[in-house]
Amino acid sequence: MFIDPHAHMISRTTDDYEAMAKAGVVAVIEPAFWIGQARTNVGSYKDYLSHILGFERFRAGQFGVRHYCCIGLNSKEANNEELAEAVMEILPGFATKEGVVAIGEIGYDEQTALEDKYFRLQLDLARELDLPVMIHTPHRDKKRGASRSMDVILEHKLDPSRVVIDHVNEETIEEVKDRGFWAAFSIYPHSKMTAERMAALVKTYGAERLIADSACDWGVSDPLSVPKTAKLMAEAGISAEDVRLVTYANALAVYGKSGQMSEDDWLSPEPIDQRTLYQGNTVLRGGQTPRVEET
Amino acid sequence: MTTSLSQTANVEKSMHLLKGWLAPRLAPEAAAWLTAQMATIVSGEKPMQLAMAIGLAPRKVGKADLDLKPDEAEAGRAARSGLDATGWSVDQAVRILLVLAGYRGDDDRFVAGLDRILAAAEIGEQIALLRGLPLYPAPEKLLHRAAEGVRSAMQPIFEAVAHRNPYPREQFSEAQWNQMVVKALFIESRLWPIQGLDVRRNPDLARMLIDYAAERRAAGRSISPELWRCVAPFAGEAEVEALAHILRTGTDAERKGAALALKDCPLPSARAALETDKALADAIDAGRVAWDRIA
Repeated sequence: MFIDPHAHMISRTTDDYEAMAKAGVVAVIEPAFWIGQARTNVGSYKDYLSHILGFERFRAGQFGVRHYCCIGLNSKEANNEELAEAVMEILPGFATKEGVVAIGEIGYDEQTALEDKYFRLQLDLARELDLPVMIHTPHRDKKRGASRSMDVILEHKLDPSRVVIDHVNEETIEEVKDRGFWAAFSIYPHSKMTAERMAALVKTYGAERLIADSACDWGVSDPLSVPKTAKLMAEAGISAEDVRLVTYANALAVYGKSGQMSEDDWLSPEPIDQRTLYQGNTVLRGGQTPRVEET
Repeated sequence: MTTSLSQTANVEKSMHLLKGWLAPRLAPEAAAWLTAQMATIVSGEKPMQLAMAIGLAPRKVGKADLDLKPDEAEAGRAARSGLDATGWSVDQAVRILLVLAGYRGDDDRFVAGLDRILAAAEIGEQIALLRGLPLYPAPEKLLHRAAEGVRSAMQPIFEAVAHRNPYPREQFSEAQWNQMVVKALFIESRLWPIQGLDVRRNPDLARMLIDYAAERRAAGRSISPELWRCVAPFAGEAEVEALAHILRTGTDAERKGAALALKDCPLPSARAALETDKALADAIDAGRVAWDRIA
């Protein structure tokens, strides 16, 4: 069993869902982000959030994949102040919905004053709602951006054991681990991190608080990154238990702190969920009968 | 502002019913949470409270099946004709109760509030709130919402309106009704849980279904035996012939459907065709074969 704790499934095809389910991915977490192009008004942002909490969750369930979300205002769109103000107003209502496991992905992109403002406001919201946080670290000026993110998080009195720093690499892992945060690695073919480098990092730093994800989205990315990384790590001699931690258990441990994600969700789901949200291993459209407990 | 005393009385009756169902099923903390939420919602002091409470309901009250006892279900039908809570869960009943608690005698305000909540609802919320349709005041003003539910690409949302729900039979226009029935077949849902199926049969629906059956046959695909239920009273000789053929060559379920349809068809040729399968005809007369037992 694998969890892909960072996957923008709204941009993926049914082939991807089939392949993920077949490869053993039992759950995905879809963090709210931009969608390749900036939204220009709060209405489209609202529809996006209800889409990932609605139709996307249903779609995943049809393939036997459990779907969770992180809710937040991403750093890119935080630079549109009018939009950002309006989005901040709707966030609490979405963040308290079922299946929301964190505030995220939030953080810095260009590290502007507006990004900083809305990052801080959302950290306060996470503290208020007692939700974990998923942090997007910038692609440019990453090391300083990651370091600054962690400073601000601690300044806002969040417990680092409830915060995942994502898109970590060799340059940032040490500080992330030393300061008590979870370190997530986006195994993304042409940038970010590769499976080979990930395996090397696990060997060096151990599996504790390390998490692999695909960050698959609309770009060239691989929804099978997590199972592939697991395979590669096993071949590289990393113990089965450590592989399990990095590709399943650690993500469950930190995002499970939301109270919205537990192993029972896929191992023994509530009957109501089997009737509606989650079709086990059957694909609804083929005419198969959903697993329904007769009353 | 439209006010209606009888609406208010009905809402109170519905709330009383739901509270009665929930009382033995809620843990003390859950009951206390619900009481507190209702008080705040009734006071109207915090406009966001209703949406937040609806979002939080599953984690506060759990998602166990409501699983009504026969006398409780009977009380439901007595309070609201056609009310059928089969398959409801505790959190769904709570969500409907919360919506009702927000009614303060103003129909338009109630409808606008429900619209706002549904527009940002995640999948579980949508299912629950649409199942509550028969209990809401001003049903004729909710028609657009019910129709949106039927338009949904998410089967459980479609079924929240279509199945075990007296709302469509009471409120839908013939065109809306026909779309719902044909869509149920198209998405391979079932017809028998739709209330009022026989009462609302009509020639136009029969024509659409006959065309649809022809389309399926041309594509070499199977035809749901339930389809013929809405065709039967309007069947011509061609349909009777098709049914007689199914009666001779179909699968068990198809033969039962064909026999039931022939039974419902007033043409003498239908009677004659049914007589060719004495065993099935007898089983229908004895009530052993019925529409709700074949699909």
